[in-house]
Order: sequence, then C-alpha cells, then structure tokens
Amino acid sequence: MWLELSDLGLTENGVCIVADVTLKVGAGRTAILGPNGAGKSTLLRLMHGLLKPSSGSLQWPQDLSQGMVFQRPAMLRTTALANVEYGLKLRGVTGAERQQRAMDALRRVGLPELAGRPARRLSGGEQQRVALARAWALEPQLLFLDEPTASLDPASGREVERIIHEIAEAGARIVMTTHNLGQARRIAEEVILMDGGRVLEQTPADEFFRQPRTEAARCFLREEMP
Amino acid sequence: MHELATSLTLAGDLIAAADGRLAAIVWLSLKVSLTATLIACLIGMPLGALLAVGRFTGRRVLIVLTNGLMGLPPVVVGLLVYLLLSRAGPLGQCGLLFSPTAMVIAQTILIVPIVAALARQVVADAWTEYREQLRSLGASRTRAAMTLLWDGRFSLTTAGLAGFGRAVAEVGAVMIVGGNIDGVTRVMTTTIALETSKGDLPLALALGAILIAVVLALNTAAFLLRQWAERRWG
Repeated sequence: MWLELSDLGLTENGVCIVADVTLKVGAGRTAILGPNGAGKSTLLRLMHGLLKPSSGSLQWPQDLSQGMVFQRPAMLRTTALANVEYGLKLRGVTGAERQQRAMDALRRVGLPELAGRPARRLSGGEQQRVALARAWALEPQLLFLDEPTASLDPASGREVERIIHEIAEAGARIVMTTHNLGQARRIAEEVILMDGGRVLEQTPADEFFRQPRTEAARCFLREEMP
Repeated sequence: MHELATSLTLAGDLIAAADGRLAAIVWLSLKVSLTATLIACLIGMPLGALLAVGRFTGRRVLIVLTNGLMGLPPVVVGLLVYLLLSRAGPLGQCGLLFSPTAMVIAQTILIVPIVAALARQVVADAWTEYREQLRSLGASRTRAAMTLLWDGRFSLTTAGLAGFGRAVAEVGAVMIVGGNIDGVTRVMTTTIALETSKGDLPLALALGAILIAVVLALNTAAFLLRQWAERRWG
C-alpha cells in the first residue's frame, strides 16, 4: 500500500463532487472507472495534490515523486524538445544533461525526429506523446493519467497505451482514469469504480471484469460493453 | 477648400524634403514614446502576469485599479509629474522638469496600467489552459507567471502597441511636463496643437500624417508578426 485515503471529500459551492472516499491504493497499475461526472478526474487531482480536499485526508507512507498527464496536453509555444526540457529545468537540471535526458525521453516515446518541431503544431497524438515524455523525463515513481487517450484516434491511442505500459515496466506506479473498458482491461491490475462522487467498488481487474462484486458494477459493465 | 489643398501640398513637400525641423520633432517623439513604452513593458508585463496568476492580498484591488487607470487623463498625469518634478516638489532637486526625461516619466506612468491590464488578460487566458500542467510540474506562481509571459510573447505585442499608441498620441502630459520648448521638448502632438493655433497648417498636417503612418506601420508589423507566430508556433 502506498496511498491511503480516509473519508476524502470535496465540496465546491455546496455541490458535493467527491464524498467519503476511503481507499488503500497499493497496485502497480490502477484504473479508475465510472460514467461521466462520477468524480474520477477530481479524485485523481485530489491524489496528485492539484485540489485540496474539503474533508478527510491522504496518507503517503513513503514519499513518491509524482507526475501527471492530462487529457489535453498543454504545450508551450516552443519546440517539442524544449517542452520536455521545461519540466527538467524546473527541477534544476541544467545544460547538456538536461538536453540529453529530454532527448532520451523523446526517443522512448518514439518522437526523436520531431524534437525541433514547434510542439503546438504537432498532431494531437504526437502532442500527447510529448506530454508523456515530459512526465517520463522526470522519472516519476507515480504517474497519474487523466483520460490520456480520450481525445485521440485509435492508432494514437494504442501508441499511448504502449508508452504507458513501458513507463509502468520502468517502475512507475500508474493511476489512470478512463471510460474505455478495453483500455482498463489491458492496462490495469486493479479497478476502482466510481459513481456520483463515491467509490462503489475496488477489485482486482481480472475479477472485476469476470464477476464484479456490486450490482452497480454489473450494471455499469452491461451499459458500457459494446 | 482651397486652403486645405494648399496646406496638404505644402505638407507633402515638407515630408518629401525630409525637412530638418520636422525630422527632429518626429525623432524626439519616437524616442520619448518608445522609451516610455519599453519601461512600461518592463514594469507592466510582469505586474500583469503576477496579477493573473498570483495569490496575494490586495490582488483584486490592484486588478480593479489597473483596469480603472487605463483611462487615466494625460493632463492629470502631467500635473502630478509636474508637481513631483517642480522645484518645490519632492524630486525638484533633480532638475528634470521641461526635459525629455520628464516626458518619458509622465508617459510611462500613463501607460503602465494599460500594458499591465492587457498583459494580465493575455496571461490569465493562458493560465486557464496551463495552470494544472504547470503546477503538476512543480512551477511556483512566479515561475509560472514568467513562463506564461514568454509563452504569450506574440500576443503581448498588442499590449505594448496599445501603450505606445496611447503615449505617442497624447498631448496633455508632455505639454505640461515638457513645456513644448522648441528644439528641446517639442514633439509631434504638441507641435500639431501649437502650429494649428498659430495657423501654420502645413507643418501640423505633415506631422499628423506622419503620426498616423507611424502608428499604422507599427500595428501592421505587429499584426504580421502575430500571424507568422500563429503559423509557426500555433
């Protein structure tokens, strides 16, 4: 177990977005599933610290370096390489080492030849891979991904999945939200199902897809299955 | 009608001949207003960026203030700087009154709010797009502000230009703190005001034409730059 959430909740303007989340997260690759508006992305942001919970708490037994990749990659108006270098620059990595590490990361996501291209002129799939390289270059021990393939075409989506697998193999824990069940099946070891801001079930992935524990999960799977 | 035509012809002759007096006035105008714009950008852009991304007490008051001061009347700024620099004023010792430096100071004060308010808008828009990404990467707010200024460098030309346009076109402030001294502090707008009242329309018209041409040329250049940047960087 590397993260424990106790009674975590977030209320904004009187609207309860996440409520009473009590969880122990310990899997290497976790997928948070649920319909739109279930609170998946909000829970991810609470875990990453982008949002402050209005109640409850998070406990980190060990200090993990974190990164996050968003549904829409935010690229700065500069080259792909400089975008990857930017994260390293914030960590105080300088000079030749910075460029080297950024270039390595771009190579790992299969885009070394686009290093000098303006990042925002790249396709959506390429931009998402640059975003993955930017996160990966920092060698996080924990990587959050918020619907990383939701805005991409299937081919780009598969490439992004391949990269997520490699990042996991390299030793990072993965927590991702998705509404793509096939993707959750391919990537996750454990599934967290949410609806209405609450966690309905937390189950090992193979079990979740074979015989979910709750009626809500059975319902969700029936509706979402193609 | 006849008088206008004659004046226009004479004005054209003045410009074509690159009249020395005319050139000196144009040059001083550009020097004063460009310097004021440069200083206003150095102050106003970081200020605007911090107002956009910062979280400090007084931020909202400052935002309302910069927005409100965009419409600062030049004569009032002139008067305040005059009081500051006049012999009895707090900065009277410097002997700056009726010098181009005084004019730069007045115009800078006049346009800092314009540059800051417009820069704040540009950076605030970018902040909504980048906020989570920059925080996730661990950028401090100050760092984020600087990053977004750089990222918005092409859009920010608009803020600089708005400031320059205001500075180069105003009469009141430079008239009061510069004194409109021939050959020392006489700029395009003050000359136009003076020559018109004296009835020397050709010189006034020539300067008016140059003033408009300068502003148009700069705006065109900035427009082309932004277009190029949009194609190049997205």
